[in-house]
Amino acid sequence: MRRPKPPLFLARAPYRRRRLRDAARLLPVLGAFLLLLPLLWTPDSRVALGSGDVIYFFLVWLLLIGLAAAFAPGLSGGDGTDDEED
Amino acid sequence: MPFNLLVLACLLYVAFLFAVAFVVEGRAARGRLGWLRSPLVYTLSLSIYCTAWTFYGAVGYAARSGLEYLTIYFGPTLVFVGWWWLLRKLVRIGRQHHVTSIADLISSRYGKSNTLGVIVTVLAVVAATPYIALQLQSVVLSFGVFASAAPDGSRPLEAGQIAVWVAVGLALFTILFGTRNLDAREQHHGIVTAIAVEAVVKLVALFAVGSFVVWGIAGGVADVIARIDAADLSAWQVQPGRWTGLIFLSAAAVITLPRMFQVMVVENQDEGHLARASWAFPLYLMAMSLFIVPIAVVGLDRLPEGSNPDMFVLTLPLAEGQAALAMLAFLGGFSSATSMVIVESIALATMISNHVMIPLWLKLRPGAAAEDDLRSVVLMARRLAIAIVLALGYGYYQLSSGSAALASIGLIAFLGVAQVLPAMLGGIFWRGATRTGAMLGLLTGLAVWAYTSFLPSFGPGAALAERVFTDGLFGMDWLRPHALFGTEAMDPITHALFWSMALNLLAFCLGSLFTFPGPVERLQGAAFVNVFEGSVGPQRWARGQVEPEALLGMAQRILGEEPALSLFQSAARAQGKEGFLPDPTPTFLDQLEARLSGSVGAATAHAMISQLVGRATVTVEDLMAVASESAQILEYSAQLEAREAELTRTAGALREANEKLTQLSLQKDAFLSQISHELRTPMTSIRAFSEILTEGDLPPEMVARYGGIIHDEAKRLTRLLDDLLDLSVLENGAVQLNLGLASLQGMLDTALTAARQTRPDRDFQVVRDLPAEAIYLRTDADRLTQVFINLISNARKYCDATRPELRIVVRQRSGRVTVDFIDNGKGIPKDSQTLIFEKFARLTDANRAGGAGLGLAICREIMTNLGGLVAYLPGQKGAAFRVTVPLRLERVAA
Repeated sequence: MRRPKPPLFLARAPYRRRRLRDAARLLPVLGAFLLLLPLLWTPDSRVALGSGDVIYFFLVWLLLIGLAAAFAPGLSGGDGTDDEED
Repeated sequence: MPFNLLVLACLLYVAFLFAVAFVVEGRAARGRLGWLRSPLVYTLSLSIYCTAWTFYGAVGYAARSGLEYLTIYFGPTLVFVGWWWLLRKLVRIGRQHHVTSIADLISSRYGKSNTLGVIVTVLAVVAATPYIALQLQSVVLSFGVFASAAPDGSRPLEAGQIAVWVAVGLALFTILFGTRNLDAREQHHGIVTAIAVEAVVKLVALFAVGSFVVWGIAGGVADVIARIDAADLSAWQVQPGRWTGLIFLSAAAVITLPRMFQVMVVENQDEGHLARASWAFPLYLMAMSLFIVPIAVVGLDRLPEGSNPDMFVLTLPLAEGQAALAMLAFLGGFSSATSMVIVESIALATMISNHVMIPLWLKLRPGAAAEDDLRSVVLMARRLAIAIVLALGYGYYQLSSGSAALASIGLIAFLGVAQVLPAMLGGIFWRGATRTGAMLGLLTGLAVWAYTSFLPSFGPGAALAERVFTDGLFGMDWLRPHALFGTEAMDPITHALFWSMALNLLAFCLGSLFTFPGPVERLQGAAFVNVFEGSVGPQRWARGQVEPEALLGMAQRILGEEPALSLFQSAARAQGKEGFLPDPTPTFLDQLEARLSGSVGAATAHAMISQLVGRATVTVEDLMAVASESAQILEYSAQLEAREAELTRTAGALREANEKLTQLSLQKDAFLSQISHELRTPMTSIRAFSEILTEGDLPPEMVARYGGIIHDEAKRLTRLLDDLLDLSVLENGAVQLNLGLASLQGMLDTALTAARQTRPDRDFQVVRDLPAEAIYLRTDADRLTQVFINLISNARKYCDATRPELRIVVRQRSGRVTVDFIDNGKGIPKDSQTLIFEKFARLTDANRAGGAGLGLAICREIMTNLGGLVAYLPGQKGAAFRVTVPLRLERVAA
């Protein structure tokens, strides 16, 4: 008797949960992209940063915090077994 | 502002923190933490990431290098919003393996190697010492700001004196609240809450100063934006390499800093808290950095040329005549410095004591695991280590005498601890990572860091000769500390980051690829990497030849008496056995090791158990066996597994019952001869004397004497029959209980008085704890007293010490009261411990003390009827019995 293989396709709720976890994993990548973006704003590699950049950075920061707060409650839902890992 | 007022405010604040920690510890001890165990407190405690370097230094940083200060907070933000990748796994591993520090994590992952633990400890101490010095310096500087502002210009306290007082005070606080208990899993609630309070103070202070600057000095947000554009700040040029490098560095540091690991993983109480912290902690960081740029810009504008931008947070309100605000800012900075030092020294002390001091102690005294009271040794070691850490920090401060070299030490310390990153990430994501690889990587990283970053930080000509900077080591041009292999384009910190990380990673990967891991290492690797699957147990002990009593002794010396006993009892119950001594099965040994490692670290716990079990090294073949075994288990359905466990338990119980039955049948035979003997002896004398009496012709005094003998013997017979009858009534549960409220102390008094008739010639020392005995029980007082009398009489009869002593220990716990009777005699041999409660079981006839051996059997039946139990308590260096009774017996037990 083998342990049954995990199903190939999932019901709606677990499917959504997995995509939410994917999103949570991608969030730092998005964050790194947005925080490194200002380095490319001028053709020269040396840039002067002004008040606009300060506002830009804090807006990105707020966005990341907001997204993380939106994702966090749904992530740990379900029974959390490893069957749901992927 | 008067300097004395400042000192007074400082002392009051510290007293307040003491009070907070004290009250919380008290609540924790009573198990009423409530909201103190909330995600909020967890998030706030994480804020020790923001030290005085942040509080004062960030403004200076912004004044000197513009927005670059933000990178220090971007790194942790990315790590926390991406918690599902890494932090979740770290915390799970920490909880499952009872990890006590980052050194313990690394050592445990790579086969519980203490050498690795020592390397990480050394690295952490070297990197943290200047950082602690930096905190001391910030406190001294901030005192200095107020002192120089004093009207008479006198300096009431020398800088060195302030630093000494701060260091001593912090050591005291940390020792008092940081070394209360041993088990890292029994968290430091008091300290964590005090840290959380300090986090709030920091934030409020910075917000207050910031709001004052934006709306009080400058004309609101729009004005501040205009000032930013006008300021020199915008002349600062961003260097892409440095910007990226610093984000990476701070991200690495937030997981590898010993103090962050301590609050994030070790003090974590609930994985759910992490989900909340994933956005709340970045929010805190953002709030902390919100006002930094405005303060820097306005400070540059308003304060005279050449004033130290590191102190703008203090000097700006002072210059504007806002003394109260400055005081608040001062307390904020003070909080940042103290909280960092407290947690850092706890984390470092745990590492030093678990990986350096205790292994040394065990090596110097090979028998120590079995003999000494290790608990107090470990606690002493930890206290000593805290003192050492703070002394090192103070020493470094004195040595560098508050030079500017300290200011740049923050990033250098980050880079130092970040060297752990490859070994750590490799350890939890890659099963192929080996001990040799980790060791090579760590040592390479340590060496490169020291050469390119740490030693040069003392300045040219201090630690490294000036010639080395210009011409390279041994005159080799490509070995210049700031231009390894001719890479001159990078600034020093990026350069050091690039080379130390690259070479560290290279050594780690090559070392791992070309070596073969040992068996323990492979097991640990699988257990760490697959922590969410939980299929592989952490460690396998071969079934060793060890007395469970020896294990219990050792566990008691580390965990304390009560926790050890309850651990052993529950393990025994899981095996289907009664009493306190489970079989030393591999599963039980694993469980015990996990618990011990929570107190003394994985490597030491492993070494101590192998000292007793006599190592049974796991071989690769064992490992393969384990692997195929777990593959087989996977084949079975969960139901079968459960049934198998059930069967094993039943089999264990049956085996035990069978053993008992065999012994009982032997006892039965003994019982028959015993009872006939007991009945015959008095009968014989009654018959003989009554025959003499019937012959008559006796002097009256002889008649009286013989009559007396007959009467005594008849009484003995009656007592024997009474006991038998009593026993059968109790066994059938047909007994009438006379329930009422009674004082435990009164019962013990009565019992002690009554038992004095047994062997009145012996001088018996009785040790009692009267306050603990002041408990009123609802029970049948006469019956309970009968049990006490019996146990005390037994001690009087059988205790064979030359100076006999009886300890009576009373404890109350969750509706039950336990009374332990412990004497200092030889105790009862292990084989007999299960038999003593059987009828007519008298162990030795050396003390032919009368009685038919029914006493303990009656006791057991009485206790069953009273809803409690009486059991033999092993491992007490004497015979010991534990009576457990419910505090309130509500109804007559059926």
